[in-house]
Amino acid sequence: MATAEQTATVLPFLGTPEQEERLKDVIDELRNERGALMPILQRAQDIYGYLPIEVQKMIAEELDVPLEKVFGVSTFYSQFTLTPKGKHHISVCLGTACYVKGSGIVLDKLKEKLEIDTGECTADRRFSLDACRCVGACGLAPVMTIGEDVYGRLSADQVEGILKKYEND
Amino acid sequence: MVNIKINGMDVQAPEGSTILEAARLAHIRIPTLCYLKEINEIGACRICVVEVKGARTLVTACVYPISEGMEITTQSPKVIEARRNTLKLILSDHDKECLSCVRSGNCELQTLCQEYGVDDAHEYEGAMNEFELDTSAPHLVRNNNKCILCRRCVAACEKFQSVGVIGPNMRGFATNIGSAYGMPLGSTACIDCGQCISVCPVGALYEKDNTDDVFAAIADPEKHVFVQTAPAVRAALGEEFGYEVGTGVEGKMAAALRRLGFDGVYDTNYGADLTILEEAHEFLDRFKNGGKLPLITSCSPGWVKFCEHYFPDMTENLSSCKSPHQMQGAMIKSFVAKQKGLNPKDIVTVSVMPCTAKKFECKRDDEDGTGYPDVDVVITTRELARMIKRAGIDFRNLPDEAFDDPMGEYSGGAVIFGTSGGVMEAALRTAVYWITNDDTNTPVEFNEVRGMGGIKEATYTVGDVTVRVAVASGTSNARELLNRVKNGETQYDFIEVMGCPGGCINGGGQPQVTAEVRNFTDYRTARMNALYRYDEASAVRKSHQNNSLQTLYKEFLGDIGGEKAHHLLHTTYVKRGLYEEV
Repeated sequence: MATAEQTATVLPFLGTPEQEERLKDVIDELRNERGALMPILQRAQDIYGYLPIEVQKMIAEELDVPLEKVFGVSTFYSQFTLTPKGKHHISVCLGTACYVKGSGIVLDKLKEKLEIDTGECTADRRFSLDACRCVGACGLAPVMTIGEDVYGRLSADQVEGILKKYEND
Repeated sequence: MVNIKINGMDVQAPEGSTILEAARLAHIRIPTLCYLKEINEIGACRICVVEVKGARTLVTACVYPISEGMEITTQSPKVIEARRNTLKLILSDHDKECLSCVRSGNCELQTLCQEYGVDDAHEYEGAMNEFELDTSAPHLVRNNNKCILCRRCVAACEKFQSVGVIGPNMRGFATNIGSAYGMPLGSTACIDCGQCISVCPVGALYEKDNTDDVFAAIADPEKHVFVQTAPAVRAALGEEFGYEVGTGVEGKMAAALRRLGFDGVYDTNYGADLTILEEAHEFLDRFKNGGKLPLITSCSPGWVKFCEHYFPDMTENLSSCKSPHQMQGAMIKSFVAKQKGLNPKDIVTVSVMPCTAKKFECKRDDEDGTGYPDVDVVITTRELARMIKRAGIDFRNLPDEAFDDPMGEYSGGAVIFGTSGGVMEAALRTAVYWITNDDTNTPVEFNEVRGMGGIKEATYTVGDVTVRVAVASGTSNARELLNRVKNGETQYDFIEVMGCPGGCINGGGQPQVTAEVRNFTDYRTARMNALYRYDEASAVRKSHQNNSLQTLYKEFLGDIGGEKAHHLLHTTYVKRGLYEEV
């Protein structure tokens, strides 16, 4: 099972001064409101795409709250992610229909090819991988999405070819 | 008053009471686990559920307010079954190695399982969390496999101490109490105060046990082992042996230590008097000569570490005085060693402290005046009780004995070091004498700085000198006080800070006080009063009148605040960040 350690960001932080300025503006706008931490985290994730430790530290220091408080909230709500999204975000449906039709095997193949686990991002930040519950296309089961593209009636041996299409993109 | 019925009996309780409080008035105990009055009223564990007539479900008594005509049942089969089920569910993800658990016998979960007749601890078998022990901090072990997620430690860390280095992470089954990014506690800005241990109902948090180190040193024929005990230990040790809270057991404690086989049984009160001489001298020197003010006391290592982490720009305000037991350790390895013709390398100094942060303090840099550590081993009050029990000493039937010379004599000013306001009061007793040169017509008691108040302030005018003092205990109060000083809202000359709320009598190394006692009795004041009784009973109440110390300065140290005293009795501080880089 996932422990706190395993959710730590391993990829280097690539935040820009512009992003930091936007975050500071957000914090200044919200800091005096009750329960400011949630909306600040939401906006921070909009700015950076995820909530790495560097961003959480900035928020903790600006709000003068312990880093643990920020970390606790960001790991409680599933809307927050501590790992960056890749240029191409892959989501494999593990809903009942897809699962019965073998989407678990497809997911395993993706993990093997990309050398990452679900919830993670490749070192070159090209691909990130997640599992989801039903995309509403059960008739095409098993289904995965890559960005806006939907792939249905998948089998594990198609995975490599599909990934190739995105490698130079 | 509000009229309600509890189990069919008419009960009156003040408006705004919870069901838990109202039941208490009717002498009915409703069990709790997560509830800690004022700091953790979250109604999360659901052990305190009761039936309320007309309510859709069982309600949590700890947070549910009473209303006129309410009919409550606290002991119906439905209630008992619900509580029993909750206990079984807690046990389903709990390390049930009770035999080897440090809290077996005073574990609140174990007690409830007995009371509720939980006859199958494995009824809900299934997935269990597995956590590695966190042994990174110098003072404690975190065993999350025993944690029941009550969040009492989180509340103590955040609300008593405004430290907040632990909190709930993740969600659902994966929820665990830990630090940000799973950092080991030793890498965080934890101040080692041990308040989390004090409030833990189970064996998830406990001090690093050094009792075997002490037994081994005593058994080593090459070693001369000297023990000293802090003021607050005598006010609480008795609780481990069935005495009522607030019973002083100084004489029996000295007798027990002698029977454990120590070569010298000393009282840290001697070191406390010594601290007063050095610290009052330091204060008057800074006060008269334009030194850095306010001077802030440095006896509490939890507080010192807090200052280093959270107010690094104020470490110059900390008194350079070592804490009393460190001073005394340095004196044992120098003055006593010389007197007894011993080589300090063969001496082992053991301190019995109400404090877990002392385990960190004795390993700090610049706490080795003789070239050897001033104090080799620190054990808590709880560990001393463990040693006495393990050695089979019949504590309750021991005679009252005295401490050994030359470190047995103390003033009343020293023994009150163990309560919030005590160091300030003792320092004032001596400073007033030094300013006026009058010991008969000057006050002994300074009541303004006594009591459980989080922040206490007073102004004293002596001759043509006016001194503004403040006293804070619990580092959340210290944070508030120091912020006021930093913002220029108020000005003080001398500030006493104790890391734990109420001072050392409520230190993180003191006997466990169950939530039941915490929530409904003033155990801290009871322990405080035990120390004030020792003070009142003392023939000498001012530190500078301690004869043994006069001998020490005359024969060994030279001047108060002099070069030799500085070398052996004073220390330095560092500026720390909030976290190690991760």
